[in-house]
Amino acid sequence: MTHAGFVLASYAAAALIVGALVVRAVLSAKSAKARLAALEARGVRRRSAP
Amino acid sequence: MTATGLAASFWNLANPTRFLALSGRVLPWLAGLAALVTAAGLYMAFFTAPPDYQQGDTVRIMFVHVPSAWLALFLYAMMSLSALGTLVWRHPLADVSQKAAAPIGAAFTLLCLITGALWGKPMWGTYWVWDARLTSVFVLFLIYCGILALWRSIDDPGRAARAVAILTLVGFVNIPIVKFSVDWWNTLHQPASVFRLDGPAIHPTILVPLLVMAVGLSLVAIALHLSGMRTEILNRRVRTLTILQADHPSEGGI
Repeated sequence: MTHAGFVLASYAAAALIVGALVVRAVLSAKSAKARLAALEARGVRRRSAP
Repeated sequence: MTATGLAASFWNLANPTRFLALSGRVLPWLAGLAALVTAAGLYMAFFTAPPDYQQGDTVRIMFVHVPSAWLALFLYAMMSLSALGTLVWRHPLADVSQKAAAPIGAAFTLLCLITGALWGKPMWGTYWVWDARLTSVFVLFLIYCGILALWRSIDDPGRAARAVAILTLVGFVNIPIVKFSVDWWNTLHQPASVFRLDGPAIHPTILVPLLVMAVGLSLVAIALHLSGMRTEILNRRVRTLTILQADHPSEGGI
């Protein structure tokens, strides 16, 4: 492969950036669900909540 | 479905609880499809697409560079539409959509700049030149960073959304500049090769893998956006409950 270093570095950057977006999405969703569950477990409810 | 029916569905989705239920069902399938199409695109990019007759294997950088560039513009356009939703229609999910799209758009713009530099060095002999296309994409990245900073600098989500919406719509002026910079000015960056009035200038053996990668990464971006919107809705509920708890500590809320 010609210029293999440039090609592989491009795909490594793509894997790193897209991977970071996916990890961030999963972790922030988990954290939000956990914080909401903790508040609800303490009996805090929204007025509109069922 | 009639126009009235479509409008009704649009406003039904404005209910965050209904949006959470529907997106919760769609998201796993969308994420699976995104992974599948992107894997197929990567296979085609490395194993079925031939080296370019002039550029050799460096043409494979195009399969991530070009979809990243398209997504950088697409996500900004989506943010602008959401900004209109915030300012004009006051759609309840517009603020949430704006906020969720910003980091994804910034990430794809950064990826476009990095892969562009890595493609530029072997082809042009330099990682960077201040030509109109490269500079306008760099400005787009700075606008994304400004929008992310503005979201963090205002505590109240409603006020932040209105301020960000104005900045987003002002920044939209850069989008046609990015797109047409290669036609308006003499740039080192080549003109458009796919979206041209006389049809794509790329051979199908390279065009098809490019389009498959573009669809795959677009699905990834849409899945991330949907997930980001869901998280933002939950974060807003956490914020509301935290305020309620602070107001009525003895009652454990209302």
